[in-house]
Order: sequence, then C-alpha cells, then structure tokens
Amino acid sequence: MSDTPITRAAEATPPVMARKIKGLSDRAIAWIFVAPTIFLLLAINIFPLIWTINLSFTNFRANRLNRDVEYVGLRNYERILNDTDIWLNMQATAHFLFWTIFFQVLIGFTLAWLINRKFKGNDLWTTIIVLPMMLSPAVVGNFWKFLYQPQIGLFNYIVAFFTGKDPSSFEMLGSVDLAPWSIVIVDTWMWTPFVMLICLAGLRSIPDYIYEAAEIDRASKLRQFFTITVPMVLPFLMLAVLFRGIENFKMFDLVVQLTGGGPGSTTELTSINLKREAFEKWRTGYASAYAIILFVTVFGLASIYVKALNKVKER
Amino acid sequence: MKFSKLTTVSALSLAAAGMSSAAQAEELTLCWAAWDPANALVELSKEFEEQSGHTMSFEFIPWPNFADRMLNELNSGGKLCDLLIGDSQWIGGGAENGHYVKLNDFFDAEGISMGDFADATVYAYSTWPKGTPNYYALPAMGDANGWFYRKDWFARDDIKAAFKEATGRDLAEPTTQKELLETAQFFQGREIDGQTVYGAAIFTERGSEGITMGVTSALYPWGFKYENEPGSYDMEGAVNSPEAVEALEFYKEFYKTATPPGYTNSYMGESLDAFKSGQVAMAMNWFAFFPGLYADPNTGGEKIDFFVNPPQNQAGSTLGGQGISVVAYSEKQDAALEYIKWFANPEVQQKWWDLGGYSAHKAVLEDPGFVDSAPFAGDFLEAMGAVQDFWQEPAYAELLLAMQKRIHDYVVADQGTAQEALDKLIEDWTETFEDEGKL
Repeated sequence: MSDTPITRAAEATPPVMARKIKGLSDRAIAWIFVAPTIFLLLAINIFPLIWTINLSFTNFRANRLNRDVEYVGLRNYERILNDTDIWLNMQATAHFLFWTIFFQVLIGFTLAWLINRKFKGNDLWTTIIVLPMMLSPAVVGNFWKFLYQPQIGLFNYIVAFFTGKDPSSFEMLGSVDLAPWSIVIVDTWMWTPFVMLICLAGLRSIPDYIYEAAEIDRASKLRQFFTITVPMVLPFLMLAVLFRGIENFKMFDLVVQLTGGGPGSTTELTSINLKREAFEKWRTGYASAYAIILFVTVFGLASIYVKALNKVKER
Repeated sequence: MKFSKLTTVSALSLAAAGMSSAAQAEELTLCWAAWDPANALVELSKEFEEQSGHTMSFEFIPWPNFADRMLNELNSGGKLCDLLIGDSQWIGGGAENGHYVKLNDFFDAEGISMGDFADATVYAYSTWPKGTPNYYALPAMGDANGWFYRKDWFARDDIKAAFKEATGRDLAEPTTQKELLETAQFFQGREIDGQTVYGAAIFTERGSEGITMGVTSALYPWGFKYENEPGSYDMEGAVNSPEAVEALEFYKEFYKTATPPGYTNSYMGESLDAFKSGQVAMAMNWFAFFPGLYADPNTGGEKIDFFVNPPQNQAGSTLGGQGISVVAYSEKQDAALEYIKWFANPEVQQKWWDLGGYSAHKAVLEDPGFVDSAPFAGDFLEAMGAVQDFWQEPAYAELLLAMQKRIHDYVVADQGTAQEALDKLIEDWTETFEDEGKL
C-alpha cells in the first residue's frame, strides 16, 4: 500500500471509529461533512427569511410583546406600495445608485487605465488612490461634513475659488437640490478606488501579445481600445457594478453621518427609512413587508444582471 | 464578666451587621444621557455609595443615540440598567410595556410624597396614564427649552444705537416671539469685532427629536394643542389650527432669516458650539446646559445672560427633563429602590441643585434663596410654570418621527406649506392611533 495522506489517515483512525464509519456509504459521509454548514445556513439565513415573510402579514411590534398579534393579510404590502413617501425614498435611492455607479465606473476605469501604464511612482500613486476605501464610513461621513460646512468647509472654498461665488452662499448638505449630489460625491470619492482595482485586474489580465498582433495589423490605438481593452475588461467592470450596486442599495452609515436623511427626506434612502420603521417606530410587521419588497427587488435585479454577466463572460 | 459579655454581644452584632451589609451590597448601574448633569450625578452619588455600601456604575449614552440605545435595551428585556433616567415621553411605553416598576407602594411605604415635587414635573415625568396617581418614576431632572444671549453685545452702545435705529425700540431681552425674531434678524450677518455674526442657533436636527423640540418652542406660545379635548385623540382643528400654522411659518422664517449658514441639522451640540465660538448673538437650548455655559471662560460669566422662551399668545416652553425609574428587568431592584429613596431626600436634592442638576423638589424650588442662587434659576422656575410636553403615548417614537419628517420637510426642505405639513401630520398621527386601537 502506497504511503499517501489518505492511507496515513486511514491507519491513524481508531478501530472503533473505523468500524462505525465502515457501515456508511460515501454519500452518508459527505452529508455528515456538509450537515453543519447546512444547519447554520438554515438557522441564520433561511429561517429568519421565512420568519420575516410570516411577520410581514401581521401587525407585530417587537416592542409590544404583550399585545395580541393579528394577521392582516396583504395590508402591509398595500400600504407600502401606495405610500408616496416610500416611492420618494425609492427615487432617492435610484438617483444615488445610478449616479454613484456611473461616476465610479467612469473615473475608476480611467484611473485604472492610467495606472496600468508604466511610469515612475506607479505603485505610490496606486497606494494613494486606494486610501479612501480603507477608511471607516463613519469617519468619512464626519470629515466630509466639515468639508461641506458653508462657513469653514474646504469644499465650499474650492468651489468659490473656481466660480467666484460666496462660499457661504450655498449649502451642500442643507439644500434640497445639492444634498443628493453631496452624498454621490462622497461615495464616489470613497469607492472609486475599489472599481479602479477591479478594472486594473482586468487590464492586467489582457495578454500583451493581443496588442502586439493588433499593432502588426496596424490597428489604431482607439481601435485597440474599443475592440480589445473594453471587451476584455467588461466582465470585470460588470462585476464591479454588481458589487457596488448591492453595496449602495443598502447604503446607510455614510448617508446617516452626512445628512441624517435630510434635508426633509431628500436623502432618506430606503435602508434609512427601513431602519426607522423597524427599530425606531418598531412597526415590525410593516418593516418586514418593506424588507421583503426590497429583497425581491434586489434579488430580481441581481439575477437578471448575473445572467447578463455570464453571457458576456461566455463571449 | 459583664463587660466581657457585653463586648462579645457587641462584636457579634457588628459582625452580623457587617455580614448583612456585605450580603446586600450591590453594584448598581444607572443609565442616562451623556451630558453635563450626568457628571454632577456621578459626584452626587458618591454620598449614596458611602451611606449604603452599594457601588454605582454609570452608562451614559450620547443624546443622538440615547433613545435608540435605551429603548432597544428595554424592549429586549436587557439587564444593563438597574436605574434609568429616561426621557419624559417614554413613560407611557415604560408603564404599558412593563419596563418600569410601579412605585406607588414603595412611595407609600417610605413616606415619599409626590406632593413634595413640582406639580408639572410629577405630571410629566412620573404619571401614567397622564395625571392619574400611578407613579413609574421620581422626578429627577427638571428641564425646559430656554434661551441665552451675548449680554456683552447687548450692552454695547454702538450696537444698541444701531438696534434702536433699525427697530425703533431698545435692545433688551425679547419679551415676545416676534421680538425674538426681530432681534435675531438684527444680528444676522452683522460685523462685530471684525467677525460676521448671526442671529440665533435654533434646533433643526432631523434624525432624533431636534426640530420637533425647536418648533414646539414656537408652537406652544402660539397656543398649539395636540387634541381638542385631552384624551380624545381628536386632532383636526387643534394640531392644524390657524395659530399653529402661523407659528410654524414663524419658525421657518426664523430658520431662513436669522440662523447661521449650514444650520440644517443642528441640535444641542451645534447650538452650544455656535454660541461658544462667538457665531451667534442668541441660542436656544435646554436649561440643563446653562450652568456649564455660565462657567465657560470665554463666553460665560459677565458675557452671558438667560431668558425664558418668550410668550406670544400665551406663555409656553417645551418640556425637557426626566424622571428616574427602576427597571423591571433588574435583579437588584431593592438596592435600586434604596437609591430612589436616598435621592428623594430634600438635602440630597439641594446638593443636586448645587452641583448643577435641576431638582424638582419643592423644598429646593420654593426656598427663598433659590431665585438668586444662579442667574438662570428664576427663568427656570418661570419656564417650569408653563411647560408642555410632546405625546407621552407608548407609540411616542412613531408620533415623534412623523413630526420630525413633516416639520423638516417644510422648514428646511421647503416642501409644501405649513398648512399641508400639519394636515399631513394629523394623517400620520391618526394612522398611528388607529393602529394602537385608540381611534
């Protein structure tokens, strides 16, 4: 018998245990190995999901345990879908999602393309660029709050320098028109490096010989960019969009630090609104229905997107 | 022999007493918000530790997270706090959800009379249902929303002359809400000692309770009422009365024309910062901060003075303050009740005031020397005579968040009219009371 790790493990197994295992099929042994993981998955993922679905049809409040719980059918869902304020929250979330992803992809890809060129100090610049994403969102939120301060904020002074406007004449966080953009700017500043890193990985995965072949075929740089670079980086870019989309759909901490959802409800994203319903108003049943609606939305969109991503990868 | 027996008996008694004391000595945790009076309470409680043998530890939570953190603790049946100095609006939920221990029997047994405490504080901090003799807290910290201003600026001849020219009246502490606005507008954007200053810092915070506490300081003097008849939940015509609409429009005008730029999400901390940094001539804040403001080396002392929230159609101040309750989930309720008994003592209450806490005990408030004991003491008494509080219902958080949203939408985000904001508020509150089975 050859000396392999498996034979060594077999020899080291105590005879009593070996006799017990001997009666089990391979399939049974496999189940024994995966059972703890399945149990954990059921306990911390599937059971809470089913429980949430159940609660979404009730008027349960987690802070009123001594109150009778009534099944209210689809009333919670009806209320949510007919609530104009919630649709405004959805719009605010869509605005935030679309523009953050748009800017992060645009700037992230450009930065990656620039960094991918070999120049002196390349590594240093990469390190400097990725610094923002290493910071805590709470810290970023707080210091951007100071940067946006109309009287002493650096941001307002920079804008004033270029536009000639009085720095205290506009309020990035206090104006209904500017506040949605102020959170887009901060998120873009913080997470563009992440998109850049993914794009950089994509760019570096393109073999040089493809470009060399294109050079021989006298393809212009622009042609090389659109027929080699973009298609080969696209799966990476789409992955970055998926990650950022999921992350920003549940954005909470950064925006709470910056605006608290204000002014009014202008920057009250769905996650902030959901938290208020669930853990400040304690409308647990209603919040469960809200969470299920969001889950279905994200799950549906993500599924469609992943299918598209797979198609792009197959090409 | 006799001496020997006596010594033995004494020694045994002492040992027994020591054992009994050791067996009962507990470590009590008192939870409250992290602010100036909390530090005074730590100092005050040292006396309790010496007298009782119990040790005290404290859990102080910053105000913006205080309600979230503590209500989560209570709702989950947490045992972190043995004693809780909870906000006045929590009393309904604390009582109905069984979070607080009912104190009537204890008060009767220990001879603690609620008649010894200021009526407004007993009503607001202790009773549920409101005004009934069912006590769930002992008034611990009287408080109301008041005002402070730069006395040194108000005393300057050049500023006084400019004010007279601009308004036709003498520069002095405002006696009405409209005078308050006029005074704030006068200072807005004015150059004082080479620095641009602004009118006043008011509450506009969106996340917790800030803008509601600020706007009610205008609503109450205009005669705002939550219900047409107390306990009826009939709000149409009360919440959105013409006076309420006018008061809300007034608050918006105040925000737009007399506050520093960027004060879109400001509460206690921002108000204190604005004043201490010399940015504003006046600021609103809770009386609890006034001892600290008076002691401030830069803007306190002779440079500061205080005034009660000015009346308009009537006197009215927004109630702050809290009662101290024993948490029902505590395993050390006996020791916690000992603390309450000790705290209710008039001498302890006097020390509490001396250290910077706001006692609600009549022995302190009605003392002839009280009014002159601090520059804000008289204003405090006046304010407590006309305080109004927000809903104290078990669903208060839901009611509060609705008001935060509607008021912030109108005042800061310029959405809709005052009438629409208050009409929508009634819709929100009606929905909540319907869910609660009260309508």
